[in-house]
Amino acid sequence: MAAETKARMGAGFDASSLWASLDTAVRRLGPVRQARNPVMFVTWVGAALTSVLGFHALAREGDAPPWFALSVAATLWFTVLFANFAEALAESRGRAQAEALRQSRQDTIAKVLVEGRRDVTPNRIPSRHLVKGQVVLVEAGDLVPCDGEVIEGLASVDESAITGESAPVLRESGGDRSAVTGGTRVLSDWIVVRCTAGVGHSFLDRMIALVEGARRGKTPNEIALGILLSGLSIVFLVVVATLLPFSHYAAAESGGKVVSVTALVALLVCLIPTTIGGLLSAIGIAGMDRMVQRNVIATSGRAVEAAGDVDVLLLDKTGTITLGNRQAVEFVALDGVLERELADAAQLASLSDETPEGRSIVVLAKSRHGLRERSLQSLRAEFLAFSAHTRMSGVDLPDGSIRKGAPDAVKRWVLAQGGTWPGETDALVQRIAKGGGTPLAVARGRSVLGLVHLKDVLKGGIRERFAELRRMGIRTVMITGDNAYTAAAIAAEAGVDDYLAEATPERKLELIRDYQSRGHLVAMTGDGTNDAPALAQADVAVAMNTGTQAAKEAGNMVDLDSNPTKLIEIVETGKQMLMTRGALTTFSVSNDVAKYFAILPAISVGCYPQLARLDVMRLGSPESAVLSAVIFNALVIVVLIPLALRGVEFRPRAAAEVLRRNLLVYGLGGLVVPFVGIKLIDLALAAFGIE
Amino acid sequence: MSWQSLTEVALLVVLLLLLAPPLGRHLARVYAGEPGRIGRWLVPVERALLRGAGVDATRSMGWREYALAMLALQAVGIVALLALQLAQAWLPLNARGLPAVPWHVALNTAVSFVTNTNWQSYSGEVLLGHLVQLLGLTVQNFVSAATGMAVLAALLRALEPEPREGLGNFWVDLVRGVVHVLLPLSLVLAVALLSQGVVQTLASSMSNAWIDPALAGTVQESALGPVASQVAIKQLGTNGGGFFGVNSAHPFENPTPLSNFLELLAILLLPAAACFQLASSVRRPAHGRALLAAMFALFLPLALFAMRVESGSSPAFGGAPVDAQASELQSGGNMEGKETRLGPGESALWAAATTATSSGSVNAMHDSFLPLGGLVPMFLMQLGEVAFGGVGSGLYGMVLFALVAVFLAGLMVGRTPEYLGKKLGAFEMQMTSVAILLPSVAVLIGTALVVATQAGRSSLQEHGAHGFSEALYAFSSAGNNNGSAFGGFDGARPLADVLLALAMLVGRYGVALPVLALAGSLAKKRAVPPSPGTLPDGGVSFVVLLVGVIVLVGALNFVPALALGPVAEQMGSSVHGR
Repeated sequence: MAAETKARMGAGFDASSLWASLDTAVRRLGPVRQARNPVMFVTWVGAALTSVLGFHALAREGDAPPWFALSVAATLWFTVLFANFAEALAESRGRAQAEALRQSRQDTIAKVLVEGRRDVTPNRIPSRHLVKGQVVLVEAGDLVPCDGEVIEGLASVDESAITGESAPVLRESGGDRSAVTGGTRVLSDWIVVRCTAGVGHSFLDRMIALVEGARRGKTPNEIALGILLSGLSIVFLVVVATLLPFSHYAAAESGGKVVSVTALVALLVCLIPTTIGGLLSAIGIAGMDRMVQRNVIATSGRAVEAAGDVDVLLLDKTGTITLGNRQAVEFVALDGVLERELADAAQLASLSDETPEGRSIVVLAKSRHGLRERSLQSLRAEFLAFSAHTRMSGVDLPDGSIRKGAPDAVKRWVLAQGGTWPGETDALVQRIAKGGGTPLAVARGRSVLGLVHLKDVLKGGIRERFAELRRMGIRTVMITGDNAYTAAAIAAEAGVDDYLAEATPERKLELIRDYQSRGHLVAMTGDGTNDAPALAQADVAVAMNTGTQAAKEAGNMVDLDSNPTKLIEIVETGKQMLMTRGALTTFSVSNDVAKYFAILPAISVGCYPQLARLDVMRLGSPESAVLSAVIFNALVIVVLIPLALRGVEFRPRAAAEVLRRNLLVYGLGGLVVPFVGIKLIDLALAAFGIE
Repeated sequence: MSWQSLTEVALLVVLLLLLAPPLGRHLARVYAGEPGRIGRWLVPVERALLRGAGVDATRSMGWREYALAMLALQAVGIVALLALQLAQAWLPLNARGLPAVPWHVALNTAVSFVTNTNWQSYSGEVLLGHLVQLLGLTVQNFVSAATGMAVLAALLRALEPEPREGLGNFWVDLVRGVVHVLLPLSLVLAVALLSQGVVQTLASSMSNAWIDPALAGTVQESALGPVASQVAIKQLGTNGGGFFGVNSAHPFENPTPLSNFLELLAILLLPAAACFQLASSVRRPAHGRALLAAMFALFLPLALFAMRVESGSSPAFGGAPVDAQASELQSGGNMEGKETRLGPGESALWAAATTATSSGSVNAMHDSFLPLGGLVPMFLMQLGEVAFGGVGSGLYGMVLFALVAVFLAGLMVGRTPEYLGKKLGAFEMQMTSVAILLPSVAVLIGTALVVATQAGRSSLQEHGAHGFSEALYAFSSAGNNNGSAFGGFDGARPLADVLLALAMLVGRYGVALPVLALAGSLAKKRAVPPSPGTLPDGGVSFVVLLVGVIVLVGALNFVPALALGPVAEQMGSSVHGR
């Protein structure tokens, strides 16, 4: 990711965004807004009820001292406010980013071609009036007015507005580089573009909506968790509501005091899972946001969540597991041929070959045999480029021709000239292929000189990465067009679990279906149009931003950096979002034990003084005990906001290990922390003279 | 606590661990329709019964059909049992000429036996003739137990890895449970009990002259009846409705220490075996063991605690020099409401076992337990009757808590939660929440209605915290389908009878129906194959998590009520009454 992008997207919180979030939080205090979240709605109703009780107590005798009821009411309002604040803060990050994106969505003048003809003067219309299917001309200096496909021409395009990458990219008609995005700028030449999205549906529009969280639907796990939290809230509502008749009975029997409604409301709010309830929505927004910070745009929260569940990763060999290209590592001369002679011929055949493989042959010839580059012109040589048809490249020199290429192609060439193909050549070809390398045969005239051993170079650290994934229970499958020998060798070297050799789009699709039918969730990356069916079938499909429009539409995520290795980070982000929810839920529910110990003695000593012995924290008074518990309950939301936004620490470990650790931290921690917190708050209240 | 009691606990655990695995495997085979070598000769009986009823045994039912079949059977059961009691005066086998049972008692009893609660609003020997006992109660003892086992069988089919549409055939499952499991086991147990002196006769009473010379000339009337046959299924089917009012405290129901031990073992046997049934039918042995471990982890500490409390001295004695030690001359401990032939340890162990399962049969009066000793059975019921729970119902209740546990744990390890490889979505959590929530709500609201109304309070024998405990115990028992009584609470009043009957209905169908819906939804899902990334379904951390969830849910729901009942009583000076 470009440094400037990182700076733009990873921006922390400044004072203004905090104030803006606080402002939003206050404006969202209305009941209609709160009704979306049952847990916070119960808190809201509790706040309103205790407020009424407090003012009622001011006017005449109420069920609790007015200062107490009003303090509880104020704390409950703050509880709601803090939850709103967490959500607003999470949104504010996205909003800043959306603002930056929106600036690039300037309205521009589109040059609409009449019937697609370039010889007629185009109609100039504002880009916001463009409709899908219209054909526009974009010339150097123009902004691309819509998402579309290049149907004619070639141009270099500055896509930094979307990707943050300042180096221009090439866009041309046909092939896998035909997609352009609205809001990017053509730097040179011209292209004719057919619009593929109308106003409001462009990639940029979708991105803005997503980062703002405006169209963020609840994810399946979020809904399921919401149901569990609502269930808990209902039980606690009944627990607290029945305490009132229980207390009336106890008071009548013991001649003691009935519990105040204010204290019961306080107990209810302490028991219902406000911590997770208040932070739930912030966690979801922050999860999407973390994807954005990694320069990945997910089309839905559902996709982010699914990423956490993925247990099979289909990884393209080239670019993900290996560095883009093969490199020459060895010259293998035939019997009776000097290696230097072979190197010389191979170098000559590669001098004009600009492919990385060709360059690496030149480099190897120089490092092994000190052969310097020569000028082809001075040799009066004619270069023959590689073609899919001949599968060879080479030079024609005045004193003969040199060819290098696929062994079978070179064999045909040699035989056609009346030469011979020594039997040992096939054995050498086999040896290299079995070792995972690619053999290139080199021939001069009618004689075969030997082979060049080309090898895939693994990306640094990739083996360790796969080992981590395996520990997390994720299977890696390498997809490659290579033959089975080569694929097996590279797969073994890289440490992937499986491979698909001689992959075609159909076989890829078949593989995904096969895994899915066995219950696995599959993630893959893709860029070409022929990847689209597989992308559409995969559970998590990351399209490269450099890819075609078809690929982008079939996928449910777009990687702006077009870095296939990022699939691994995407999985981690998805897991982290779920882990944060689970950890905070566990913490929230475990907290209840301590709150019981604080509040229960306080509300029952009125009838049974002996229950004061349950007050293990030795809190100042029944009132301060209740107040300390609700204040703790409110403050813990604020304290956990950073955790909710950042996500709990993620380490690639087996599930059992992660569970043990999180149970200890959030389960046991959740049991212990509130005892300490409530006691400290009670001491602080005593210091302020509240007892 | 005496060494005899501890030995008994150890023996109980060892025998359970020996007997449960083969029985569990047998259960799995029975419901798969392959009853094995021993069960094969019963297949013709099963076939004949099904053919006679016109059931197409090959038809698999969806969850709704399965639930409807169950509800239809239960509705007929309630109506029939109600009619038998109301028409008792005109029916045969009523040698004592007992009149019709009062309507509310009859209603309560009908619901109670059909829901496998077996709360006894009636006193058997006083109100019910042999026909009602045999045709009504004993029949329901089998049917209600087999129903619980059928629901479990349906759930276990849904948990098999391959997706499927139907959950099996309710009628087939019902008949298989009775024919292959409950009848043979009952027969064995009944014969064993007969050997110990449990009575089995159609005679209704016998007269004996008093031994005490002061009472010479008068005779003692002792009620008799077909006791052994009913006691066997009462214990095995976690029913708990005794032939006599005082249940297994009666010498004709439970005459010797050996009969006591056998009955104790019978209570726990089928619920424990269910764990191995699960292990065998879904092929997850580690998970089955983990569930059983969780059950023992909940049961043993509480049982030992209750035994210790009851073997000690009452807090009401304060510092008074009272010798509560067991010795040659006295059993020691708190002997109020206990049988001398059993003693405090065996009584407390039974109290824990009968409430840990949803049996509810008693061999001592729980009302007379010390406050903390009485808290144990109450809390065990409030945990939702999952350790060990009722036959069938115990394990499906346990699975509900396991769903909550794996849901939290799944999120914590960063995966969409799954149970035995099947993904849990919104619908599953909805059904789980409802099923866990309803019994608790029924207990709390029922208790509140009793203590808040004059009519309700008139059922309380004691005042203060102990009176509250009586009401709380009654509804904890009914709402969780246990059926044991604290005593002291007079259930035979219209309000209490009706409220308790409602609580029993909620406790039974408020769980069984969501469980069937859950099964219907899980059955269609395909299980994800396990990997290092999936949560382990066994092992120590899973057991800790599961026990934690059960205790936390139980504690959070009932701690306030327990504080105002047994805890206030224990910590306060007033024990009984004012």
